[in-house]
Amino acid sequence: MRRKNKGAIRETSKFAKILIYIPLVLLSVIIIVPVFWVFMASIKENSEFYRNPWALPEGIYLQNFADAWESANMASYMLNSVVVTVIAIFLLIIIALPASYVLARFKFKSSKFWNVLFMAGLFINVNYIVVPIFLMLTDADRFLNKTVGHTVFLNNLFVLAVVYAATALPFTIYLLSGYFKTLAKDYEEAAYVDGAGYFRTMVQIIIPMAKPSIVTVILFNFLAFWNEYIISMTLLTKPELKTLPVGLMNLMAAQRSAVQYGRMYAGLVIVMLPTLILYMCVQKKLTQGMTVGGLKG
Amino acid sequence: MGSNKGRGRFIFCCLAPAAILFVIFMIYPTIEVFRMSMYKWGGYTANKTFVGLQNFQTLFKSDKFYQSFQNTILLIIIVTIFTFAFALVFAAILTREKIKGQNFFRIIFYIPNILSVVVISAIFSAIYDPNQGLMNSFLNLFRGPAGAEDPILWLGSQKLVIYSIVIAMIWQAIGYYMVMYMASMANVPESLYESAGLEGAGRVKQFFSITLPLIWTNIRTTLTFFIISTINMSFLFVKAMTNGGPDGASHVFLSYMYQEAYTNSSYGYGMAIGAVVFIFSFALAGVLNAVTKREEIEF
Repeated sequence: MRRKNKGAIRETSKFAKILIYIPLVLLSVIIIVPVFWVFMASIKENSEFYRNPWALPEGIYLQNFADAWESANMASYMLNSVVVTVIAIFLLIIIALPASYVLARFKFKSSKFWNVLFMAGLFINVNYIVVPIFLMLTDADRFLNKTVGHTVFLNNLFVLAVVYAATALPFTIYLLSGYFKTLAKDYEEAAYVDGAGYFRTMVQIIIPMAKPSIVTVILFNFLAFWNEYIISMTLLTKPELKTLPVGLMNLMAAQRSAVQYGRMYAGLVIVMLPTLILYMCVQKKLTQGMTVGGLKG
Repeated sequence: MGSNKGRGRFIFCCLAPAAILFVIFMIYPTIEVFRMSMYKWGGYTANKTFVGLQNFQTLFKSDKFYQSFQNTILLIIIVTIFTFAFALVFAAILTREKIKGQNFFRIIFYIPNILSVVVISAIFSAIYDPNQGLMNSFLNLFRGPAGAEDPILWLGSQKLVIYSIVIAMIWQAIGYYMVMYMASMANVPESLYESAGLEGAGRVKQFFSITLPLIWTNIRTTLTFFIISTINMSFLFVKAMTNGGPDGASHVFLSYMYQEAYTNSSYGYGMAIGAVVFIFSFALAGVLNAVTKREEIEF
């Protein structure tokens, strides 16, 4: 009797187990199919788009990529994106690291004030302030045009990178100083006893310990900067300066009028491939890092 | 160790660059949003006229503003409910059940989160294409010949467009919140489930009486995120997918603000919208935070 009962329980749990896989598989399909479909569409010829959209491509038509890369300027957009992302991440790290360290480990007159202010910054989203930033830079340019005779601030990849770095500061400082706060005081005390100054202690002792947090910061901000398009669209109006996502928006608009499907899908693949590859390499780090920061988006 | 002067100088050098950038590009523009909302300003001329609260009066009489208001509220409610429910259930399945390929599912579900909203919008625009899109060709299996004659205009119909955006937003958000819930569920001690199992509580009961109460703090935090991020994300989606169309039917708060500020060059009015949204989102988050307050459970 008893044994029978046990068997019955095992049976239902086996059935339940299969039942559990259904939603998991379903959601996976819903997520993979659109992405996979874009990859398939990117190697189709234009005539194939008028047939069944579920059909697999008849051949591998790489001309789409050549078209997107050259005629649609994706190559130069890619270069712009790389330049902006690299500069922005570099600036962000060298500016945020010392600031986070000082905010986490030093007590001084205005330390509370700055801690609170940066915390408040977590709640300011760039989408609200993109217009005032644009107007501020326009004003600065107008002033320069009057006095020096040329403009610097709008249509400048470096300025865009500075704005990216600045708007990423609150979250980055929150994350890094959160880490610095967990360190024991002994590290610094030992360094001071050995005669190291504040600066050397920070650079040689503290920052190397923060490497994992720094990697997390770089990963998140790489994705954020690479994918960003509102600020980029607003601050860079010259066609040759566009970043990848903005270029892709143009390609989408062009596709509507000129019916060049293949080229648009190839452009899509070009934009998402770098992030997908990066994700596949570091997915564990990324999803773990997210729970450390626990806040973004 | 060291002189006080050296310490002060070190603190100053470390903090100054971050503080300067932060104040110039975040604090000052935020203040500007509120200040400029009280001016009438075309943008191209330097003429700003102080008009007090006139922009706000115009705003609260504008049908377009109420349209965007309605859309935003609708998005906040539907996207939050569905994303929240799906994310919780999938997180519970992946943490509580012993499943083959658990890692695989987690990796797949998180993919939409790493894609640019522009990419997602492009993908969904293609899926929603009335003639060559996956959505209609899939539905035509059930609709038969009627489908080809009368294709569903996912992004072209004033009634449907907002729901088409809802689908894309849920698709994008599930993985993110799932990973967050998974992390806090992993902290719930196994012994609680064991004793509940011995007492005969089934999976569903365990979920409601153990998992949910124990990750409540985390859920509250994410509810605030939901509001703030839906307001922002809906702007990104609308801007890339429909640009407010057809005929302004899909505008949300911030896309309406952006359009007024740029296309119509009425910066003052645009900023008044921004100020209202800013206050609105904080108020809503505050209310939600108060409503969901429970006594914290220690474990």
